Amino acid sequence: MNITFGLIGNPNSGKTTLFNQMTGSNQRVGNFPGVTVEKKDGPVRGHKGVTVVDLPGIYSLSPYTAEEVVTRDYLIFEKPDAIINIIDATNIERNLYLTLQLMELNIPIILALNMMDEIRSNGASIDIQKLEEQLGIPVVPISASKNDGVDELTHRAIKCAEHRTKPKSLDFCCGHVHNAIHSIAHLITDEAKAAGLPLRFAATKIVEGDQPVIDRLKLMEPELDIIQHIVDDMEIHLNTDREAAMADMRYAFIETICKECVKKAGQTREHLRSVQIDSVMTHKYFAIPIFLGIMFIIFWLTFGIFGSGLSDLLSMGIDGITQAVDQGLSQVNINPALHSLIINGVFAGVGSVLSFIPIILVLFFFLSLLEDSGYMARVAFVMDKLLRKIGLSGRSFVPMLIGFGCSVPAIMATRTLPSERDRKMTIILTPFMSCSAKLPIYAVFTAAFFTNHEALVMISLYVIGILVGILAGILLKKTIFEGSPVPFVMELPPYRLPSAKSVTLKMWERAADFLKRAFTVIFIATIIIWALQSFDFGFNMVADTENSMLASAGKLVAPIFAPLGFPDWRAATALVTGLTAKEAMVSTFAILLGAADTASVAPLLSQLFAPLSAFSFLTFSLLYMPCVAAMAAVKRELGGWKNAALAMTFQTVVAWIVAFVVYQVGSLIF
Amino acid sequence: MRSNPEFSKSMPEADYNMKTTLDKLKMGGKGIITNVGGEGSLRRRLLDMGLTPNTLVMVRKVAPLGDPIELHLRNYELTIRQEDAGKIEVTEVAE
Repeated sequence: MNITFGLIGNPNSGKTTLFNQMTGSNQRVGNFPGVTVEKKDGPVRGHKGVTVVDLPGIYSLSPYTAEEVVTRDYLIFEKPDAIINIIDATNIERNLYLTLQLMELNIPIILALNMMDEIRSNGASIDIQKLEEQLGIPVVPISASKNDGVDELTHRAIKCAEHRTKPKSLDFCCGHVHNAIHSIAHLITDEAKAAGLPLRFAATKIVEGDQPVIDRLKLMEPELDIIQHIVDDMEIHLNTDREAAMADMRYAFIETICKECVKKAGQTREHLRSVQIDSVMTHKYFAIPIFLGIMFIIFWLTFGIFGSGLSDLLSMGIDGITQAVDQGLSQVNINPALHSLIINGVFAGVGSVLSFIPIILVLFFFLSLLEDSGYMARVAFVMDKLLRKIGLSGRSFVPMLIGFGCSVPAIMATRTLPSERDRKMTIILTPFMSCSAKLPIYAVFTAAFFTNHEALVMISLYVIGILVGILAGILLKKTIFEGSPVPFVMELPPYRLPSAKSVTLKMWERAADFLKRAFTVIFIATIIIWALQSFDFGFNMVADTENSMLASAGKLVAPIFAPLGFPDWRAATALVTGLTAKEAMVSTFAILLGAADTASVAPLLSQLFAPLSAFSFLTFSLLYMPCVAAMAAVKRELGGWKNAALAMTFQTVVAWIVAFVVYQVGSLIF
Repeated sequence: MRSNPEFSKSMPEADYNMKTTLDKLKMGGKGIITNVGGEGSLRRRLLDMGLTPNTLVMVRKVAPLGDPIELHLRNYELTIRQEDAGKIEVTEVAE
């Protein structure tokens, strides 16, 4: 028998930990069709044919966020055989709020009461039997991080699914709300059936004023009138509005249950510890220096020590193999086109994909630590005010900051943002943050044109990137992302020690994901650029790059850059090769200008640029569409090439405009 | 009257008159929610997170840049922006 479980719970309830315990590391990660909300599923260990689907962490089944809509649509239309609802026992009141909504879906449900170890160690207790009676659903105490009770949970969940055990009763409404729900349920029985909606869920959502549900039911005018009357009546009697009445009803029921079943020992040690840690981490004066310090250390370790060390080691290995193969091919006198394809196409492509792996591994190791410990929420709390003007929240701060290192992990890091809108906006804006691969370009140009003002030029580029990011953010907020952003109402979860398992798993997951998705894209792009560079239109191998297809393409697009001050085809060509990797622009200039090596490029650049046009070129390089690796990440996170192409067109147009302004205004001044 | 039993016992009668909004409470100040304003997704989110009438809330902290604020309610920590806190009416509770 095939069984599918939907795993649902609040963020920070230990959902991912439980998912990992149930599946091992054997899981598939993807997006929900049509939306970029993460979807994971995996087979349950030791039970053939049993699958668990990890749904987004949510607090409620409201119709407002993509995550909530995705979850409820999944539950209603895909109908898992049972819901495993994981809740944080130390925060039981708020966690049960979602449970009451899940119970209305007419799907077998089992409650996994997580973090019971913390409850016990604090001398508190929860009466499991009484809780089962009161809620009318099976309850299993577990500790996901210690793998306690997970086997029993799986067994009972399977039983629950096999016997189709539905919640025993749904009598948690009372008084006027009860009357309203039941009257409406009677009224819409047929419509709910026709629309494929669970009756109780539909009735409750109507009372709440849930527009998508009301629309789906296709109710007639007279019914809508009666419903309005019922709701008005309820509102008058309760002296409150429909939404507040429902929230209040659920919390009131939960409070009665908790009073009977939960014996609290007051504040838990873990909670107290959290408050103490926060007295430093979110301190009025220390918070920002501490945050900057932590990020500095992460950058230093990622790009300075581990990442670059591993990258160097890796590229040494690749270079070694490349050289060996190169010599081997020369000895056997292989066709020069094939030789070049293998060395400059295949090996270069593989090398450029692999060069990202160390950075992704190391960076995501640290990011998982920040995320799992609970510190990331504090960063959002501390930095929120800075990002609010551009319509984002503090949560986007860390991904954007990582953009200064490398756009690829930065874009991948947006996946932890809880709102689809924030995620999309952050993905579009992050590439404006000057990534470290652009530094070699800046270095060559400043050495050639700005010898007395190197630091000033470098800093101004970074500042331009940030300013353009802010302006573009405001523009996006006022145009395509208009309307109310997802409210910034965020839980600050207690600090917890991240588990090694979860951190390593996340690290591998990200690296594997990148390899899987980006490999083909980067590989093909490198081969295409190689082919363009090596052949003319008659597909003859060219000795001089000037005769290649790439050069012809460069000559074709060069006029576009004339108003920016660099009409030479070689500049345009470098911008094209820069798409494989930004630092490749330097070596392209070396080839096109006939320099012996990249170190001697600088003096030759004056053939193509004057200081002003050089600066204009730098601004364009800073802002135009990111490299293919980043494109692949953008495509993955935005859920398709169409959105990714739009984002990249936007970035390139912005780059052109800014460089145009720089050059034209500069021409007037100098 | 429904409220957190930990605090409701010691609540003096006179304090019922100290009506204000959540953003006006000082750090460490406590209040009982009387009404949640706002609309659409924001209001729904506030209610879903347990900011319902008759709930006791404490303002634990203000962020270093002056906004948002950290609240303690229903045994957990929540952060919301000053602007949104201004839509939540409370009756201040003295220590």
